[in-house]
Amino acid sequence: MVALVIAEHDNASLKAVTLNTVTAASQCGGEVHVLVAGSGCGAVAEQAAKIAGVSKVLVADAPHFADGLAENVAEQILAVAGSYSHILAPASAYGKNILPRVAAKLDVAQISEITKVDSPDTFERPIYAGNAIATVQSGDKVKVITVRGTGFDAAAAEGGSAAVESVSAVADSGKSSFVGRELAKSDRPELTGAKIVVSGGRGMGSGDNFKILEPLADKLGAAMGASRAAVDAGYVPNDWQVGQTGKIVAPTLYIAVGISGAIQHLAGMKDSKTIVAINKDPEAPIFSVADYGIVGDLFEVVPALVKELG
Amino acid sequence: MKVLVPVKRVVDYNVKVRVKSDGSGVDIANVKMSMNPFDEIALEEATRLKEAGKVTEIVAVTCGVAQAQETLRTGMAIGADRGILVETGAEIEPLGVAKVLKALADKEQPQLIILGKQAIDDDSNQTGQMLAALLGWPQATFASKVVLEDGKVTVTREVDGGLETVALSLPAIVTTDLRLNEPRYVTLPNIMKAKKKPLETIKPEDLGVDVAPRLKTLKVSEPAKRSAGIKVPDVATLVQKLRTEAKVI
Repeated sequence: MVALVIAEHDNASLKAVTLNTVTAASQCGGEVHVLVAGSGCGAVAEQAAKIAGVSKVLVADAPHFADGLAENVAEQILAVAGSYSHILAPASAYGKNILPRVAAKLDVAQISEITKVDSPDTFERPIYAGNAIATVQSGDKVKVITVRGTGFDAAAAEGGSAAVESVSAVADSGKSSFVGRELAKSDRPELTGAKIVVSGGRGMGSGDNFKILEPLADKLGAAMGASRAAVDAGYVPNDWQVGQTGKIVAPTLYIAVGISGAIQHLAGMKDSKTIVAINKDPEAPIFSVADYGIVGDLFEVVPALVKELG
Repeated sequence: MKVLVPVKRVVDYNVKVRVKSDGSGVDIANVKMSMNPFDEIALEEATRLKEAGKVTEIVAVTCGVAQAQETLRTGMAIGADRGILVETGAEIEPLGVAKVLKALADKEQPQLIILGKQAIDDDSNQTGQMLAALLGWPQATFASKVVLEDGKVTVTREVDGGLETVALSLPAIVTTDLRLNEPRYVTLPNIMKAKKKPLETIKPEDLGVDVAPRLKTLKVSEPAKRSAGIKVPDVATLVQKLRTEAKVI
């Protein structure tokens, strides 16, 4: 049994969630190989080769892999799929976009967003926005899986010395083309990989008021997030959204400010190690999942907290 | 141009589902059912394209039990011109649904298929991508903006960390994200009109498609519960607890 992990990267560096996916792959019972499909992505391949537990890295390097177009990357995966028993990718926008194409072409089911590997053919995955956990067994010859990063520890980024092998690139599908990208520029860590997250909800009252959270995030080196209510109200962009319809996070510390704690939000953050809630309503549902709660006006509590952190 | 919009009947998003005590699944008896919210967005987008004169016909499709006809009627009240129910009592996995939809696409020859990015019951997020692969079509998932012109569709997608835009040749698949549009409120006159629109019922066998499941659900359980902690009186206590008790800062 050999598992193939699809690396997520930006041609310059590997995305951290690939490391969690490698851990899930090694729990499937055999060797782990990694496929890097990109353009000018040699540095990524070198990084992948150093991941502990990876025995081989396949690199497909061609201009039409530069932007991760699903049509091209899926064909490349199929071209090397050969005898792999498991094919895994992160359950990120990248992996979710590509992997079902691979499963359909292999005529196998995909098992989405697994949070646990019970055995090489049995996996746990959340359904109904995390309100239930299904244990599913696959009878397919190849298991095609997306992995929820928060369910698995990251594999060590250093320590491995896998062989790097070039594979021939499939042709450009010619049916889709990349037009452009607008990524939010921020010095803060990425939301899904951050160790500390500071999130604001509708209680913030306006987009401007989110500025009050910045000194707190700066002091803690935290990523900033928001509830869907705050996104729907137009306070902050959608890629800040934590919850069922946004990002699933599990940092060591999650600070929820002015967030009531709707089920849809809890689904995105309840696996955090420590949760702090700041809300003026003592009955807010967020307090039912918080380790530490402060009942009070966030506009007083947050600056006081920043000061106390020194 | 014809657009196909597959929709799914799911437990209403306001219902908090309960896991059955025998672990065989979630209890959906007597629970309110509605159209999957992402599919409503897909229908709204198709309807807006039709209103803008870029689309001539919208066909809503669903796979499921007889009651899924109601979901199709809702779809026709939003703007679909007709509906097709592929009737089955069996649970069909995304791969099976994609095969059914491929057979229908071969028959109907749409230029665009718009689907919800995921259903809020099984949270799979697969059907659109699988259908695109089976048809050999390009795809744009998680759409927040769709522009249809000059024989191609240009789609802005919600990706981690921001937005990305791709251009696809037609025919193509688009799956919707939440912010693509806000579906209209369905009015009574439109509900009445929808009752007169054609609705065809067929069986998966009629399409020659094997929809047997590939996965076996061994059990469904409650997620681990998180217990409430304590309320602290002030930030000084909070910081002290975070440092010495939780040791997270």
